[in-house]
Amino acid sequence: MAELDTSGGGKKGGGKVRTKKKSTRVDLTAMVDLAFLLITFFILTTTLQKPKAMDLVMPDKDEKNPEASLPVKASTTMTILLGSNNKLAWFVGEVKADMVPPTVEGYGNLRQSLPEQAKKIKATTGEDMMVIVKPSDKSNYNNLVTVMDELNISKNTKRAIVDLSKPELDLLKTSGIYN
Amino acid sequence: MPRVKVGRKSTAIDMTAMCDVAFLLLTFFILSAKPKVQDPLPAEVPASIATFTIPETDFSTLTVAQGKVFFNVQGTDVRIGTLQLMGEKHGITFTPAEQQKFAAIESFGLHVQQLKSFLAMSENQRSQVQQPGIPVDTTANNELADWVQSARKANLGTNGVKLEIAIKGDSKEEYPTIKKVISTLQKQQVNKFNLITSLKTL
Repeated sequence: MAELDTSGGGKKGGGKVRTKKKSTRVDLTAMVDLAFLLITFFILTTTLQKPKAMDLVMPDKDEKNPEASLPVKASTTMTILLGSNNKLAWFVGEVKADMVPPTVEGYGNLRQSLPEQAKKIKATTGEDMMVIVKPSDKSNYNNLVTVMDELNISKNTKRAIVDLSKPELDLLKTSGIYN
Repeated sequence: MPRVKVGRKSTAIDMTAMCDVAFLLLTFFILSAKPKVQDPLPAEVPASIATFTIPETDFSTLTVAQGKVFFNVQGTDVRIGTLQLMGEKHGITFTPAEQQKFAAIESFGLHVQQLKSFLAMSENQRSQVQQPGIPVDTTANNELADWVQSARKANLGTNGVKLEIAIKGDSKEEYPTIKKVISTLQKQQVNKFNLITSLKTL
């Protein structure tokens, strides 16, 4: 081979110097180790699941003209009051002295009661149910999201989040879920 | 009987294919990686069945937890624009260096007056600061309203698209705090916004 003989001397007199043929294989183990280490690092640091978002549309609040609101028939509304300790109270219609006392239940029961009431209201009035969500100061954000989610699940599009009024607050208190 | 000699095989395996795969995966993860941002205000979001993925641009997040509100808007240009508008409103001028620093900050919850000293800090110091949250009083001192308004203006100016606003609230957050944020938005005729949730299966 065409390589310089640097061994000096040349005692063997013109004999070809053979360089050993080295294998071209490199030990890749260390490289693979490193690659997998980096993979692990990137897997752990990336956020694979992007956060999801739920749409929330609030009723337009016209501060200059607070009276300009759409009237809703009381018989088609289901009002959900969000109380403390993950409990809610709902009733159909208006708050009156002789009204049917509100049903107090947990958030899990909404899955049944929402479609039930929707069906009932549809049968009696022939209109779609309007759901009014009234979160009290003792409820938390999770409660609100759960109710909106249940409304989405039951495909109820007519809904609104409204502030609690005084008689409704009293109703929550008498139901024992405002403490 | 003559002994059967088993030829001793080398224990070295050909690593080439494995190495190829490893680097392919590595490349994929590097390219698709978006580093997790350390939230200064940790919020455990509630779950819902909503599947709408939040956009990466023209988007602003209001984090609500522990009774505090933190503000974030996507995009460095928009952030700088927001800061300029905010400075004009409150009579503070930010130097270009400060604006650059502000553009790198993801989420913050400070009074406007505190912002200058906060920007002067090193990154390490910043992470140790207990941020008080953006004032969201229903009275005149509602800085969140100013921030949101500036961000909306800045986004419309730089990207020409309407800014979408999302609320990222902690599950345990009391409703009055959320109500303050929502009414702040409603005062600006922002009646449609998003609630960030984690995915739940039925």
